[in-house]
Amino acid sequence: MRGRPLLLACAGLLGAALGVSGCFTERQNESAKLYATHCANCHGARGEGLQRLIPPLARADYLVKNRARLACVLRKGLTGPVVVNGVEFNQVMPAADAHLTDSQITNLLNFIQTSWGNQGEVLTIREVEAQLEGCGVIPDGH
Amino acid sequence: MNVSFLRCALSVSLLALSGAALLPACSPTDKTPADAAEQLPFIGEREVKPRADGGPADTVYATIPDFRLTNQDGQVITNQTFAGKVYVTDFFFATCPSICPKMQSELLRVYTKFKGDPRVLFLSHTIDPAHDSIPVLRDYAQRLGIPDASRWHFATASHDTIFALARTYMTAAQVDKGVAGGFAHSGAFALVDPQRRIRGVYDGMNPLEVQRLLDDLPVLLREVEREQKAAK
Repeated sequence: MRGRPLLLACAGLLGAALGVSGCFTERQNESAKLYATHCANCHGARGEGLQRLIPPLARADYLVKNRARLACVLRKGLTGPVVVNGVEFNQVMPAADAHLTDSQITNLLNFIQTSWGNQGEVLTIREVEAQLEGCGVIPDGH
Repeated sequence: MNVSFLRCALSVSLLALSGAALLPACSPTDKTPADAAEQLPFIGEREVKPRADGGPADTVYATIPDFRLTNQDGQVITNQTFAGKVYVTDFFFATCPSICPKMQSELLRVYTKFKGDPRVLFLSHTIDPAHDSIPVLRDYAQRLGIPDASRWHFATASHDTIFALARTYMTAAQVDKGVAGGFAHSGAFALVDPQRRIRGVYDGMNPLEVQRLLDDLPVLLREVEREQKAAK
């Protein structure tokens, strides 16, 4: 009778020791996970891009110059040439469409705005929603 | 209570200890370059052919069939282009939004490492020949930092030719309108020896697998060197 609760306590302690870091970082890492899932294959694990094929996100002037339409870039994608840090890129960026919710787009943008040396101004979900409402008319290059 | 707590703490620390003890097993074992007999496996089907004179049977390994492709410089390339060389191959397409950039950046890592070694060539096949014309392939290659086709060919052929080749190189590729970009394919790299035999298949999306390729290449090059010496 006495052994069982202690055994449970023991297991609990063990579990706490193993799981404690996981519990606390779960939410915090959500945006990093979104980035890893949806962006990193092309833009690189550290936003470094790929040569002249895929533009970098780290320290990219494009993010500063186009802050007002970044949410639309994620939702609608991009086609045609873009210039980032003085280099011309011309690849299709697929549209996230319904794959990402407004709040996920906000999370993702703020992760990008504050990672790898970026010091962009973060966006509120209201700002993102307002941007997304105007996306329907964005030229898609066709 | 105290005793039990101690036992509990002990078991936790024992667990931690055993974890630490296991760690060395996780790190890759050091390869000894001196081991000249080290050899890569042969991948794919093999056939055992009995000899007419009753001697020991010959094992015949699967080989890459004859092919004829066109590269980003508009030159025709065939198996002869790769004669006496080892080469690494993959399948991609220029507008691929999913795995290709990652895969090609990993292959670029291998290319960069063996840039100075003319015994190693690279061959990327487009699985979207309808879109990836020669100018598109040339633009893609140059944007990736590959100035010409002397070491890394970006090649095209008819849809059927490419997809049949993909199978022989152990790469799964198929048209799939349901995935981003319109093609489903695996990011496999195949390592081919001068006798057209596949000596390794690696997941090009996994940096650890690509490291295995980086480790395997010198092993294969040493084998080729031994054979070329023996043939002289």
